[in-house]
Amino acid sequence: MNTMYIIVVGGGKVGFHLAKELIEANHEVLVIEIDPAKAKEIADELGEIVMEGDGCEATVLDKAGTGRADMILAVTGDDGANLVACQVAKQRFNVARTVARINDPKNEEIFRRLEVDITVSATSAIMAHIEQELPTHHLIPLLKLKGTGLEIVEVRIPEDARVVGQPVKSILLPYQSMISLVVGEDGQPKVPSGDTILHAGDEVVAVTMHESEEQLRDALMAPPPVRSF
Amino acid sequence: MNVVIMGCGRVGAALAVDLDNEDNEVVIVDIDPSAFRFLPDGFKGTTHVGNGTDVDVLRRIGIDRADIFVSATRGDNRNVMAAQIAKHIFGVKVAACRVFDPLREEMYRNMGIRTISPTRVQARRLKRMIEAPTDEAANDVVAEFMLQDGASA
Repeated sequence: MNTMYIIVVGGGKVGFHLAKELIEANHEVLVIEIDPAKAKEIADELGEIVMEGDGCEATVLDKAGTGRADMILAVTGDDGANLVACQVAKQRFNVARTVARINDPKNEEIFRRLEVDITVSATSAIMAHIEQELPTHHLIPLLKLKGTGLEIVEVRIPEDARVVGQPVKSILLPYQSMISLVVGEDGQPKVPSGDTILHAGDEVVAVTMHESEEQLRDALMAPPPVRSF
Repeated sequence: MNVVIMGCGRVGAALAVDLDNEDNEVVIVDIDPSAFRFLPDGFKGTTHVGNGTDVDVLRRIGIDRADIFVSATRGDNRNVMAAQIAKHIFGVKVAACRVFDPLREEMYRNMGIRTISPTRVQARRLKRMIEAPTDEAANDVVAEFMLQDGASA
């Protein structure tokens, strides 16, 4: 693997362990930490790879040699600081890849729109795992297709769904959604045709717009409408 | 005009009062409920306790209807983050903020946020004041600043 110069802003637990792993992977690493005591701790553990200072300040980033950095990882516990560190690195020093840790999951989408290259949210990652484990949560997001607004989701057809026993072509899918795969009880995946009949318990893998998730859930999982007399 | 101000410190509060006196619809948000003590009794705007960098809070206090957003907390990062959310996520026409660090101030100005660095402004003014040949002349310099800012007193 090629050696990269990687700047880590924030020497908390995340920053410390990242730095350690990156050093083991033979990358050149510099941690910027604002708290002198923490900076010293890291230096004692990992050697002289720490700079004391505010990683959001252009002068500090300049001294850190950000101009030649391949990547900046802003991993403090403060989303505002992570955003600004990435933006300063990008705007003033043309760093090719900026990565921000997201503390409040709501900021994930916002940071991407403010042109942070990569966002990482521990909360979202853990939630995604939990959702995959929960049988009651019926629509499981599997994968976001970067930059398209599309995502791949998985649905298990409930017993009381209106689509049970119906062919795929009869399902009114939301805009830009398609059923790509049906896994039946036998565990065999098949690409459905319009005539494929859906059964209760089938696992359906579909592509959909993020905004259409609810509609897709309804289309595949809602029970038949109750007749009123 | 509908104005949303984040940060009810001395600056945020003074701005809120000025805009309120000029009959704007002012909404001011601060994370600290005791901050609103800086507002006078006759203040007609609305106050909200909350974090102005939180999109849900901004939505709740009506950022969608705002013509102007100003962030004036003590934190540069918070200020520029909130101003960018107002401008780029909610499409608020004028997004302005205070940025103490002159370098960051310049950068965000180039990115479409109206920024002002009190550090830079005050340093220049202090310099002009101490350069005055006499104390009287220094007072005149200060009076001139007040006049430029449209202060009545």
